[in-house]
Amino acid sequence: MDVLSSLMDGFATAATPGNLLWALVGVLLGTAVGVLPGLGPAMTVALLLPATYALEPTSAFIMFAGIYYGGMYGGSTTSILLNTPGESSSVVTAIEGNKMAKAGRAAQALATAAIGSFVAGTIGTMLLVFTAPVMVDFAVSLGSPSYLAIMVLALLAVTAVLGRSRLRGFCALALGLTVGLVGLDPATAQPRLTFGQAQLADGLDVVVVAVAIFAVGEALWVAAHLRRTSGQVIPVGQPWMGKEDWKRSWKPWLRGTALGFPFGALPAGGAEIPTFLSYVTEKRLTKHPEEFGKGAIEGVAGPEAANNASAAGTLVPLLSLGLPTNATAAVMLAAFSHYNIQTGPLLFDKEPQLVWGLIASLFIGNLLLVLINLPLAPAWSRLLQIPRPYLYAGIVFFASLGAYAVNLQSFDLTILLVLGVLGFAMRRFGLPVLPLILGAILGPRIEEQLRRSFQLSNGDVSGLVNEPVAVVVYAIVALVLAWPLVRRLLPRGAVVAEQPEREREAAGVG
Amino acid sequence: MSTLSSRAPGWLPKWLHGRAELGMVALLGAAGGLVLLDATRLDAPYSQADPLGPRALPIVVGTMLVVCAVALAVDVLRGGHGEAEEGEDVDLTSPTEWRVVLPLLAAFVANIVLIDRLGWVLSGAILFWGTSWALGSRRYLRDVAISLAMSLATFYGFYSGLGIHLPAGVLEGVL
Repeated sequence: MDVLSSLMDGFATAATPGNLLWALVGVLLGTAVGVLPGLGPAMTVALLLPATYALEPTSAFIMFAGIYYGGMYGGSTTSILLNTPGESSSVVTAIEGNKMAKAGRAAQALATAAIGSFVAGTIGTMLLVFTAPVMVDFAVSLGSPSYLAIMVLALLAVTAVLGRSRLRGFCALALGLTVGLVGLDPATAQPRLTFGQAQLADGLDVVVVAVAIFAVGEALWVAAHLRRTSGQVIPVGQPWMGKEDWKRSWKPWLRGTALGFPFGALPAGGAEIPTFLSYVTEKRLTKHPEEFGKGAIEGVAGPEAANNASAAGTLVPLLSLGLPTNATAAVMLAAFSHYNIQTGPLLFDKEPQLVWGLIASLFIGNLLLVLINLPLAPAWSRLLQIPRPYLYAGIVFFASLGAYAVNLQSFDLTILLVLGVLGFAMRRFGLPVLPLILGAILGPRIEEQLRRSFQLSNGDVSGLVNEPVAVVVYAIVALVLAWPLVRRLLPRGAVVAEQPEREREAAGVG
Repeated sequence: MSTLSSRAPGWLPKWLHGRAELGMVALLGAAGGLVLLDATRLDAPYSQADPLGPRALPIVVGTMLVVCAVALAVDVLRGGHGEAEEGEDVDLTSPTEWRVVLPLLAAFVANIVLIDRLGWVLSGAILFWGTSWALGSRRYLRDVAISLAMSLATFYGFYSGLGIHLPAGVLEGVL
């Protein structure tokens, strides 16, 4: 498989006028929705997914690529101009970015975020081009036991590593697996947890689940605690950077990219850890340590690049293994399923046009983003002033519309409501939502591989560990689960570096 | 975040005060029981092609739910509590405002009931207007105009842009 010629074919697919238009629409919609307070990339993608259903798959995914990067970029605009971001991946951007904006340097903060995102996104997508085929070659050699082990690792890592309470993570995971159980058992066609409802026989649509938990749950949660005095939006003109800003930005961009991409590709890696690591790195390496905490441009450039590079990294396991490592990827996997497209190693063989078209449009989307967002930044910042009642009414309105439009059944709205209330309760009691979403989408896949493994070994339990990769992955799983015990045995000083959560908070205060 | 659970009705036993999280315990426990009960109902004859059968995963998940419920109950009763989520528009210092949440839920339910009868344009407008009213918008004329504009725009947008025919309901023939 010649990577570069495949990529060129991808550009040929993506660069037709029609598909370019969809990429543009995706970028604009993604940014516009992503800018809105309270709407992170995952929610943006879930809400806009129904809008792509009428398109044929290739165009739909090209539009999707635009929405994905647009949503990410929109989130960082919000955190720079408004502070207090809802999305964990842009928490770090807000630390210095909002300080810069308050000091009258919003234009430079937005510019270094936009250009850094472009640089990191382009390099990250290039790395995706070269690593995904290698991963595919590795993945085709894997059997069911190894796949099972890798998916178990992804679930447990997300549950045990991220979030503040492991116990509550496991509660959310169990609920997600329950959601995944609903429907006909694929092997014996017996209904499970359907309670005699014919509409539940096909299972719960993961997109409806995601929209309910993310959008409806968030709207209810905000409604319960609506801030009466809205945050101060900082007015902004045309983003630009002076020579000094460029000189201080380009190294953090590259370092952020180097940190972000590998973390994005790891299970439970996500964007939180690399953005934080990038922040710490820049704070240590900067020639202007006195500016940190008061709006240092390096503290925006590095984390923003890390954020976008990790978004590209996320696509490596998603496309080559069919393994989502964060919420956005989980929603994208649901979109693939909607089109009956199997992600995984065979995807590159079966749907080369779609995959390479998608990858090429990531490059195009990135370029469009930087071209569009620099001049449009003042318009985006006006979106932040939308009255909150309309904003959250709009979220509920579009969530309902999207869930209803898939099947035109009011029953889906009932599911949306029930799961939305669950999403509300989870926010209230500190249950992380990510394990639930990943559990709902990976649960059925895990069961399939589990039963196939047992089938291959004629019911012998040893069939679960008869591949070397599976054994290695289970060893990692054991390590992840045993980590808190191990940590307790280590001397106190040795473990401080392993607690980014607390250090990050300290950094936020200081 | 302790302010969240400060108000408790007097008729509750003292050990329940500030322990609303036990509701989550009940939910997990009930879900676990339901999943296990449902699993026993499944037919699982031994087959060469599927030695594990359809029951295995429900039993694992049901057990996991029950174990989580017990562990969470222990954690809550020993004084642990989950941290409520923060956000751009979230003010955690104020208690849960049910006067906002309940009307919002009512608007949502109205849409579920009405969408197949009145059609999306009216039902969606009621949803948008009701939600924005619940959230404190009181400029009635503007609110109604925006609500109708939103539902009309999405109706025609889905019709011509995406080829999805949302129900016209009572306005069938007018639209």
